[in-house]
Amino acid sequence: MKLITKLWIGMGILILISPLGLFLPERFKAGDAWGEWGTDGIKELVGYIPQGLDKLSSLWSAPIPDYAFKGWEEKGLGSLSLAYIVSAIIGILVTVGVVLLIGKLLSRKE
Amino acid sequence: MHIPDGYLGPASCGIFYAVMLPVWAAASRIVKRTLKVRQVPVLAIGAAFSFVIMMFNVPIPGGSTGHAVGGVLVAILLGPWAACIAITVALVVQALLFGDGGITAIGANCFNMAFVLPFVGYYIYKAISYNAPLDSGRRVIAAGVAGYIGINIAALLAGIEFGLQPLLHHTASGQALYCPYGLNIAVPAMLGEHLLIFGWVEAIVTALVVKYLQKQSPELLEEREVA
Repeated sequence: MKLITKLWIGMGILILISPLGLFLPERFKAGDAWGEWGTDGIKELVGYIPQGLDKLSSLWSAPIPDYAFKGWEEKGLGSLSLAYIVSAIIGILVTVGVVLLIGKLLSRKE
Repeated sequence: MHIPDGYLGPASCGIFYAVMLPVWAAASRIVKRTLKVRQVPVLAIGAAFSFVIMMFNVPIPGGSTGHAVGGVLVAILLGPWAACIAITVALVVQALLFGDGGITAIGANCFNMAFVLPFVGYYIYKAISYNAPLDSGRRVIAAGVAGYIGINIAALLAGIEFGLQPLLHHTASGQALYCPYGLNIAVPAMLGEHLLIFGWVEAIVTALVVKYLQKQSPELLEEREVA
């Protein structure tokens, strides 16, 4: 088997087990990454929402916020895991597509 | 380490975009000269790897979470300039599609994770693995050390960027306008958790993949022209 095929199989496995990135923080009661709290979280931490932060934080509304489908926030870990895996697939497809395009523009023949 | 929208003030956001524009331009120019057609699939899989490895949030029990970046690995395989492009693409996709990292902070996040991280990691790997045979254990150690130091320098920079905000932007009454934590809290928090936990994740991931590639395809580890 060619190495690149093996590496893509490895990537497929990583995608399938990516919900570990959801489960483990949940299991060990770990919160948000440092400095990545939402406005509610920051109000809890410092007692107020910084004005500029409040304005800028809603600047961009991502189509799949936090690797979860909109409206699925209250669903269980099973649904969230499915959304996480689908997000990984979409994200990787787009990333690979863009890199291949850039690579086509930038690379040279031997 | 994905700084969201709202944590950095407009000046900081602007400065990091201004710094990254020439870096991206240089990366394109240099990669155009050095990247071979057969390396493009490796670049694509490197970017994909960086994207997915950042989804593996590792918990600090009862505390926060963090993750590896995979950027030092890409730099070892394709050089720091190509790594800069690959990680930039992953970070931009994360920001635009998934709201992971702010769009105003793309410059800063790319500076930390797509520029400083792969460059620091690459040169540490080069220094430690200097003249080592392709199958040498020294290369595996070099990869681990490079991953550990690379991600920690990036975390330190993110901590400084967060921590400068209350100094730069506050109301007359002293309330912060953006990130509310100063250097005395942000730097130890960001650096501490990466020194203790997430740095080791980057080190192990980087070292294991290099070890695997030594067996499977050592020519990927051959020295090559960087610039």
